Amino acid sequence: MGGSRTEKWVFGATSFLVLAFLYIPLFLIVLYAFNETNINSWPFPGFSTKWFEKLFHDPVPKEAAWLSVRIALASTALALLLGTSMAFAFARHRFFGREVVNFAVTLPIILPGVITGVALASFFLFTKTDLSTRTIIIGHTTFCIVLVFNNVLARLRRLPRSVEEASRDLGASGLQTFRYVTLPSIRTALIAGALLSLALSFDEIAVTFFLAGADNTTLPLWILGAFRNSRSLPEVNAAATVILLISLPLIAIAAYLMREEGSTRIVEE
Amino acid sequence: VDGHLGGGPRLTQAISRALYAHPRGRLGLLLGPAVLWLLVFYIVALVLLLMTSLWQQDVFTADIVRDWTLANYKKVFTGQDGLWLRVYGRTVLLATIVTLIDIALAFPLAWFMARVVSRKWQTLMFLLVVVPLWSSILVRIFAWRTILGSQGVLNQFLVDTGILSSPSSAFLYNERAIAITWAYVWLPFMVLPIYTALEKIPHSYLEASRDLGAGVLTTFRRVILPLALPGVVAGSIFVFSLTMGDFVAPQLVGGGSQVLGGAIKDRFGVAADFPFGAALASLTLVTLIVFLTITRRTGALENL
Repeated sequence: MGGSRTEKWVFGATSFLVLAFLYIPLFLIVLYAFNETNINSWPFPGFSTKWFEKLFHDPVPKEAAWLSVRIALASTALALLLGTSMAFAFARHRFFGREVVNFAVTLPIILPGVITGVALASFFLFTKTDLSTRTIIIGHTTFCIVLVFNNVLARLRRLPRSVEEASRDLGASGLQTFRYVTLPSIRTALIAGALLSLALSFDEIAVTFFLAGADNTTLPLWILGAFRNSRSLPEVNAAATVILLISLPLIAIAAYLMREEGSTRIVEE
Repeated sequence: VDGHLGGGPRLTQAISRALYAHPRGRLGLLLGPAVLWLLVFYIVALVLLLMTSLWQQDVFTADIVRDWTLANYKKVFTGQDGLWLRVYGRTVLLATIVTLIDIALAFPLAWFMARVVSRKWQTLMFLLVVVPLWSSILVRIFAWRTILGSQGVLNQFLVDTGILSSPSSAFLYNERAIAITWAYVWLPFMVLPIYTALEKIPHSYLEASRDLGAGVLTTFRRVILPLALPGVVAGSIFVFSLTMGDFVAPQLVGGGSQVLGGAIKDRFGVAADFPFGAALASLTLVTLIVFLTITRRTGALENL
């Protein structure tokens, strides 16, 4: 709109304040990772990197992070399989109950995690299944399917069928067409969906809390436990800083891919 | 060329041909696994949650006794001098307030991103909004304890500027602290859908409105708001729903104030009363389904 100068100033100043509100806590997290003491007080007590050293020598958060990575990878792999095939079904077929299935797949992301968590906890109690890494993966997959599904479906809707028909007409088999024509065209949508799914699973606490066995300490569960022990607070800040640094390039990739998609949509249709 | 795919060219060809010839079979293979997964690990689980809320727990053995009873719901609605109804009311009220705060904060930012700045800045600001989502939500919640605490940044700032004579403990461990923290962590979920909705409004609509003599306020009310509404509703669904279920912020910054998420978590955790927890969770579920059904009428779910 270009807009008037007043509009620019008013909205610009408000936006700046809102962004400041978003970033001041993040800034403090990073700052307190370098805290000299373990009391998060202001003014800043003094600068030190000792919490990073402690973090890097502490096996517990490392094991927790590794467990979270494994769970995120497994859930994302399952979500890719289920979400992609479902997206193909939605893009290529009309069938009875489409709306219901669509609603059911989005529900785990619309409803709060605590509902998914306690519902599955009741389910595993009823089926007398012991809580383990596997039950966490089941919970995570349930809410990750929709992330892949939405991304892939949005892409498939924009992919002209004629490209695949041309491939078939030129003598390629169905599998070859999939491998050499369809898959390359949906690749970025798959990556974007997978990145979202990995990120959500890695940071998930509400579902995980109810589905983790006694010795399944994921990174968020470790963090939640560490809050009770004030001596390790700056170590948690250090861990959060490391996570942020690792995820920054991933965010850039995901955002780039999703912008290319021309949509910031979280839920499709 | 078939060799690329391995696994015997004849077989793959046969499968491929069979699937091509039978679209129903193809649909079944594509849809079956996902539908089965959602059915078992979501729908059946939700039904079991509702069933658990109608069962009882043996006081001595802590085993679930599968005798049908409405006792848990009776306790929710009338038990402990209305304690649980107050918890419910408090949570719904907080969720409503947090949603309104986020709409008020998100709208100007989304408008600035979508309609004022250049393409390059648009991308940068979009990134700025999503970056916080990728850092640990637990730590972001905890950061507010650092800000609002009696030794915290806010207190020090107010004392330094002379607004307060000594640090106040009034900022942390209450419902206001929970509301601020929730408004903070869910804000990006409000900004993104509103931004998407605003970005789609054709420039010509605004020009037409102005050419027809509408002032800034009229254009906002009659043109922008109706077109932005699906985005606002979509964001509200996320924020309201996330707030109704969260137990982390109340635990970390809320002090003693009980909310639904925390109460449910305790029944499934330390207090170990699954049937009563299931009743509270079912109440939350029903509230959210009602909320979703109302908002669905606005067509927001098609535009999320």
